[in-house]
Amino acid sequence: MTDMTDPLAQEIQGPSPRQMLKARALSHRGLIFGMVVVGLLVLVAIFAPLLAPHDPYAQSLMKRMVPPVFLGGTWEHPLGTDHLGRDYLSRLIYGARVSLLIGAVAALISGLIGTAMGVAAGYFGGQVDAVVTFLINVRLAMPVVLVALAVVAILGGSLTVVICVLGLLLWDRFAVVMRASTLQISRRDYVAVAQVIGASTPRIVLTEIMPNVFNNLIVIVTLEMAHAILLEAALSFLGLGVQPPTPSWGLMVSEGKNMMLFEPWLVLIPGTVLFVLVLAINLMGDGLRDVTAPEGRS
Amino acid sequence: MLTFILKRLGLALLVAFTVSFISFSLLFLSGDPAAALAGETASGEDVEALRRLYGFDRPMLVQYGDWLFSALRGDFGESYYFKLPVASLIAERLQVTMTLGFCGILFALLTAVPLGVVAAIRPNSFVDRVALFLSVAGQAMPSFWFGLILIVVFAIQLGWLPPSGAASWRHFIMPTIVLGYYAMPAIMRLTRAGMLDVLNSDYIRTARAKGAGETRVLFKHALRNAIIPVVSLAAVQMGFMLGGSIVVESVFALHGAGYLAWESIARNDLPTVQALILVFSMFYIVFTFLADVLNAWLDPRMRSA
Repeated sequence: MTDMTDPLAQEIQGPSPRQMLKARALSHRGLIFGMVVVGLLVLVAIFAPLLAPHDPYAQSLMKRMVPPVFLGGTWEHPLGTDHLGRDYLSRLIYGARVSLLIGAVAALISGLIGTAMGVAAGYFGGQVDAVVTFLINVRLAMPVVLVALAVVAILGGSLTVVICVLGLLLWDRFAVVMRASTLQISRRDYVAVAQVIGASTPRIVLTEIMPNVFNNLIVIVTLEMAHAILLEAALSFLGLGVQPPTPSWGLMVSEGKNMMLFEPWLVLIPGTVLFVLVLAINLMGDGLRDVTAPEGRS
Repeated sequence: MLTFILKRLGLALLVAFTVSFISFSLLFLSGDPAAALAGETASGEDVEALRRLYGFDRPMLVQYGDWLFSALRGDFGESYYFKLPVASLIAERLQVTMTLGFCGILFALLTAVPLGVVAAIRPNSFVDRVALFLSVAGQAMPSFWFGLILIVVFAIQLGWLPPSGAASWRHFIMPTIVLGYYAMPAIMRLTRAGMLDVLNSDYIRTARAKGAGETRVLFKHALRNAIIPVVSLAAVQMGFMLGGSIVVESVFALHGAGYLAWESIARNDLPTVQALILVFSMFYIVFTFLADVLNAWLDPRMRSA
């Protein structure tokens, strides 16, 4: 960065690690873009009732498939209406709730399962590690979309079922990454010291291991959230996820598909929003990795 | 090498066995498969008759054992909906899915590897930026939506390609691109990272120092080593892609195994669903096993793992 001739002097006078982290974060364009877009969509989801111009469920047979304002429609329905005359903008706004809720809760559930498995495998090693590695192998061998579809079909499609199924299926990456990072950390001297002075295992895991693998965990949480949102959209698109009339972006694409020949915007609008949200979450995750990874600190 | 293969084979068999149990137990998630099969309007006697007909009145483990031994002989029972043996139904549909999967991975490799190599030779160049953009966009693109966009543009607006079906090779162009694009970002990132890593290594410096031409250095010395992990990633991605083809096949109405899965799930055709989950898992297990063996053969350091 600056003069490297006297590392000691620089370390004493230089900015604190926290300030350096902040500076790195602010100069990372992908991270800033991702955080702004995700932040905005979270606000939209929270304040959906205030922002939506119409009731997302209100049908009107008189006003079916009104085009959006940029295709000759009116400001009454800025993004037009769907095949049942429901306001498209309002459905998009409420759809943000579905996507973000499913993404966040599914990532939380799979994060808890995967982290517990990964940390246990990395810390205890031996047979625990063998069992966890085996379970990861089994999980990876199961085709996610197919199993999720089958289970949702058997249990019936609802928000809760979709969240639980995705939460129980997407823990593999958490387990893989947490296992590797814990393995690395638990070989450090300070963990050995903690063991020698007689700290209990839960204490070591919570105060020595977890804070040091936390950065990696946050990165995986964002990436898996994006994964869960994409899978929900795919399940709903195939008609076996969130059920109508719930406004889900995947479902909106699926409903618009039949009219695609004449009204392609019915498919393009919800798909674009979905793409932008997932892109923003991924950029945020990649950015967090760049900013917090040790090699990014030079 | 032989011990490595045997160990790895044992693990693969154990994973396969566990997966078979899980895919069989899915049937019992609904509580009573006979009631689910009979539908909500069926009478108690109908349900009871179905229960005996399909043997649901036996203990679950006995049913599993029965199913597994039949499955090992290639008999997955009869489809509830199509009234045909599940095995021949799947075998017939697998041709389409295998063709699609093979074309998809080929497309992914042919685009991702050259892009990754050029991006690594010239970091921060225009090509590197395009490659980065393609991989970031690819990871965020819902494949069903990408497929629909291609249909709107190339089938409806331009009329160049047929929108759906599997009658000729032209029907496979759009599904191949959609499925291949799904596997592309990971392969490209790995190629780029691998090439960057290798290009900074000592033996490349040695090769350059002794006066080897740049083309020779890049392709004979660098790419050969950087490509090793890519080969195994491609095998793993192939396994994922066969599972992911369910979405692509339903968008393009390609009647392959993925489409069959969607049909049979929607129609509660449990024997077909169970068999398909097992078959797709087996493909993944076989591909990853082959990838590991190939890796160990190419790179002896991997054999101890």
